[in-house]
Amino acid sequence: MSAIDTKGAVESVFREQSGRIIATLIRISGSFDWAEEAMQEAFASALASWPQTGIPRNPAAWITTVAHRKLIDRGRREQTVQQKEDSLRYETPSIHVPDDLDIEQQIMHFPDDRLRLIFTCCHPALNQGAQVALTLRTLCGLSTPEIAKAFLLPEATLAQRLVRAKRKIQEARIRYEVPPSDKLPERLGSVQAVVYLVFNEGYAATAGDQLVRRELCAEAIRLGRLLCELMPDESENIGLLSLMLLQDSRREARVRDSKLVTLEEQDRSLWDYVEIEEGLELLERALRLGPVGPYQLQAAIAAEHAQGRSSADTDWQEIAVLYERLRAMNPSPVVALNHCVAVAMSVGFSEGLRRIDALGESVELQHYYLYHAARADILRRMNHRHEAAQAYRRALEYTTNRVEQEFLQRRLREMVSSEC
Amino acid sequence: MRYMLLIYSKETSSATPEELQGIAGIHREVMNEAFEKGVFRAAEPLKPTSTATTVRMHNGKALTTDGPFAETKEQLAGYYILDCQDLDEAIDWAKKIPTACCGGEGCIEVRPIHEIQQPS
Repeated sequence: MSAIDTKGAVESVFREQSGRIIATLIRISGSFDWAEEAMQEAFASALASWPQTGIPRNPAAWITTVAHRKLIDRGRREQTVQQKEDSLRYETPSIHVPDDLDIEQQIMHFPDDRLRLIFTCCHPALNQGAQVALTLRTLCGLSTPEIAKAFLLPEATLAQRLVRAKRKIQEARIRYEVPPSDKLPERLGSVQAVVYLVFNEGYAATAGDQLVRRELCAEAIRLGRLLCELMPDESENIGLLSLMLLQDSRREARVRDSKLVTLEEQDRSLWDYVEIEEGLELLERALRLGPVGPYQLQAAIAAEHAQGRSSADTDWQEIAVLYERLRAMNPSPVVALNHCVAVAMSVGFSEGLRRIDALGESVELQHYYLYHAARADILRRMNHRHEAAQAYRRALEYTTNRVEQEFLQRRLREMVSSEC
Repeated sequence: MRYMLLIYSKETSSATPEELQGIAGIHREVMNEAFEKGVFRAAEPLKPTSTATTVRMHNGKALTTDGPFAETKEQLAGYYILDCQDLDEAIDWAKKIPTACCGGEGCIEVRPIHEIQQPS
């Protein structure tokens, strides 16, 4: 077998299996750092030896076995060093690597390892930025530069974040386990939030290097599938995956010539109907399973948009009902704003506008660009061009994304040009 | 591992004597439960910051001032030391500890204790 073939094979094993492998190695060694280094060395060994030996029957087990051996060696080395330096030292976390494991059995009989890993990475005692970075680094196997690039952060900041998170897990003793059932709802919520945040970072921000950021959507969907596979009876896991697929299905239609295209104006033939179909099926399954949660409701809203053959077909009345239910569950100003928009589209523009204005008086939305953009859009539809232009200007003050800015400026020009 | 649970509380004296007694009662319950489960190591309340003195070494001289920095909203009001299996267990204890011991609301900071091994 040629070196090039081997490289491809090793890369695909890394891509498909590194999350599973590292999850097991962390359980065995109790250390994120040790596991990571041992896995890297094992992949390097694969590159060196597979051209001669051929690709093993179970590549993941091969890598895990080699990495495990490296962990044992390291455990022995550290023990010797520690014995030499035994006088007056601070306690270092003791890492014990058992050396009598049947690796294939380990992988076969501990499907929970990745679940442990995701719950540990998304532990609420870690800040959310750290949760996201750690999840992408370990479960998705993304490199530190890749993650930094995707979140438009300096590499050093991200590296620091990872170091601090791993240290806290070790030193504050965050346990590597699936939480007990009484804590599951709360803890699962923080896992789902991380997955959805990764998705939104890739989806909402069209600025920056598009390729890398689109990759984030794919990673989030992969994580969503993993959650469904590992905890198949949680309806909100399925709801979340459905929501992401339904939104992702519009990715090709959302931007044309690096310009933002609104849902209403999108070319629906560019939508990914394979994703839509899967999203709809998943939503139906989730709703049958119950209980209904916020992700399922958001997916149901996305499904309403996905099913209309044209924007005129959209059932805004149903969408308004869904937003009202979502608002009862998750009373955030953003959800309330979306509800007002749905009312404007179903009941009437002036009623929607009245509600938006009332909302703006009661909650802090004045610095939120979508609040002004939503007002502007309704005013535009009502043909109140002067007021619409004013609202677009306010919206422009609060957006930092280039593609969104260009969209608002385009709308503003339309309003101003027809004004005079 | 031992964790120190630091109680931070607003020092307003809006609480009635009955309310304060109620809070002390909950502390006793938590301490008893921790003792029975074998995790209790220590717990003590502190007198209010009006009794506190801050000592700071500056250029080799001790600078002594009255009280802590007054700007901080929540003040250290007491602590628990509990021996827990992991952070989650310590967090569960923190949820039980009342933080309104000085009248106002507060929070608990959970810090693992850095164990120093005795020289052998």
